[in-house]
Amino acid sequence: MWLTDFAQNLINGTLLGGLYALIAIGYTMVYGILRLINFAHGDILMWGVYFALYAVVAFGMPWWLGFLVGIALAGFLGFGIEKIAYRPLRNAPRISSLITAIGMSFFLESLAVVVFGGIPKSFNIYPKFFNHTLIFGHLRIQTLTFFILGITFLLLLGVLWLLYRTKTGTAMRAIATDIPTTSLMGANVDRIISLTFIIGSMLAATSGIMWAMRYPQVQPYMGFVPGMKAFVAAVIGGIGSVPGALVGGFLLGMTEILVVGFFPNLAGYRDVFAYVILIVLLMFRPTGIFTVYSEQKV
Amino acid sequence: MKKTLIMLSVVMLLVSAVFGAGTIKIGVAFPMTGGIAAFGQMTLNGVKVAQSLYPTVLGKKIVLIVADNRSDKTEAANVVSRLIDYNHVKAIIGEIASSHSLAGGSIAERSHVPMLSPASTNPLVTQGKHYVFRACFIDPFQGHVAAVFAYNNLKARTAVVFTDVVQDYSVGLANFFVKDFVAMGGKVYKEFYQSGDQDFSAQLTDALNKHPDVIYVPGYYPEIALMARQARQLGYTGPFLAGDGAEAPELVKIGGAAVNGVYYTSHFNADAPFTEIGKEFVAKYKEMFKESPSALAALGFDSYLLLRNAIKRAGSDEPEKIAAALRHTKHFEGATGYITIDKYGNTIKSAVVNVVKNGKFTYVTTINP
Repeated sequence: MWLTDFAQNLINGTLLGGLYALIAIGYTMVYGILRLINFAHGDILMWGVYFALYAVVAFGMPWWLGFLVGIALAGFLGFGIEKIAYRPLRNAPRISSLITAIGMSFFLESLAVVVFGGIPKSFNIYPKFFNHTLIFGHLRIQTLTFFILGITFLLLLGVLWLLYRTKTGTAMRAIATDIPTTSLMGANVDRIISLTFIIGSMLAATSGIMWAMRYPQVQPYMGFVPGMKAFVAAVIGGIGSVPGALVGGFLLGMTEILVVGFFPNLAGYRDVFAYVILIVLLMFRPTGIFTVYSEQKV
Repeated sequence: MKKTLIMLSVVMLLVSAVFGAGTIKIGVAFPMTGGIAAFGQMTLNGVKVAQSLYPTVLGKKIVLIVADNRSDKTEAANVVSRLIDYNHVKAIIGEIASSHSLAGGSIAERSHVPMLSPASTNPLVTQGKHYVFRACFIDPFQGHVAAVFAYNNLKARTAVVFTDVVQDYSVGLANFFVKDFVAMGGKVYKEFYQSGDQDFSAQLTDALNKHPDVIYVPGYYPEIALMARQARQLGYTGPFLAGDGAEAPELVKIGGAAVNGVYYTSHFNADAPFTEIGKEFVAKYKEMFKESPSALAALGFDSYLLLRNAIKRAGSDEPEKIAAALRHTKHFEGATGYITIDKYGNTIKSAVVNVVKNGKFTYVTTINP
């Protein structure tokens, strides 16, 4: 691999890693607070993208308004899912919620097949500006890259601010430790958990829209792979840790690209490398890179 | 009371026997959702056109039972089992992707129910099987056509070949292309990906470093569309060449301007039909669906007619007899040309080359075997 190719692949990896990080932030936030691996995260992502697409194509909204509507509707969807599927199981064993999340994921996918049809749709609803390519010598960068990086960092700061600088955030962190005690302290637990899901789903939709801008193919199963990769990224970073999701996302994206860059013949099996990294990392550092202190109740 | 009940059930049995005798059930195993859903839907449209023109055979109505394999290999085998064991179909039209036909074909073979694939071009699909047939040409020919076209028409000397490692279709076609292109004196570099991948930037960065005259992608349209977009972003302005897996309106919808200059080998072009029945098909298709038929629609149309013709010649709807009749199909006039099924269950026909020009699939040339 030549030096310019290496540099180009670093750019490619930044873009892919940024997308993984963006999806992983929402994933990890919900886990960090509720200790629930929300396998439906990728499917909420997909629904958010469809909402935005239909807002623009069917209702003729300008693209930016369509995006906002998509994100808002995904928030509603998350609220509904929590209320219907997760809340009744809050005191059930954790495995029950996990199975429900998987069921919810299948349900959302199948519902999307029925409602939107199985044929992939194009997400060509955003201005051409984002697809513009900047050329520096031999290197080429899509303007979307900067946009994705910007949004990722903004959302990261936003989530950290929410968690550590607001009263709601304090309540969220309290819920993560002990729900009954938090409730005794006067916090409205139901409301806080609903809010967590709404924010998590809006983050999912935001990342989905960014994903669709890079890979403009919208179909009911589009959330599965990004959701799975983001989950891996979150685990690598230390699930529950928001900065960890960022680091895990970039690490995963960069590795996928560089493995292919160095060994083009193995490109067909690059997912294998992503999961091998996960396994090796978990063997030496079971809690991920950013260890989250977790207290075992005795 | 008991008597009436018995009478009633006898009547019901008779009624169902009469209705059962009036129809012939044919299974259709296509991907109607998932990655290559567009293929299933287009092909089914062609089958429906044929059914509306020729709804009966041997004085019985042909009933189609459509099963969706969700673009999934495992499901591809399951739907064939379901059609045979649960729906008791007499024959099956399907499947479309070669890897799906390989999975479903072994079940049809075991149950001795004839299965006719409209579009699976990989040679392995029918190899060693007596109940699996196809309406399309096979990949050694398609790869040859692509190599000849790349070398003579595109004047390409260096090609980068992208193989989808999980699709038998892609692996086979890529090998046949490479063999012929190298034999003619061309130079080949290889890259790999797998169905469902969305990011090809690393492979493309490596590929463009080889300065190819053409990029050959014998894969399916979802990946080709995304790959073309990313290649254009990385500065590639040359042509792409693909197989019949590229043809779907979604290629242009998702690929946008980036897929202009994508050439592909195919079975049919509505602007240049090979036969009289081809013209009839185009007219009826436009009347029913208000658009031009794709090559897959034409193959779906031909598959239905081939099967109907076989049932007619067999004079029976027994799967065993239908299979025997299919095996002896000679010079049958279909929309995609004259079809003769050889002893391996394969078909020998001409191929066309089309190109995407200003977002339209445009006819370029015909290449004969």
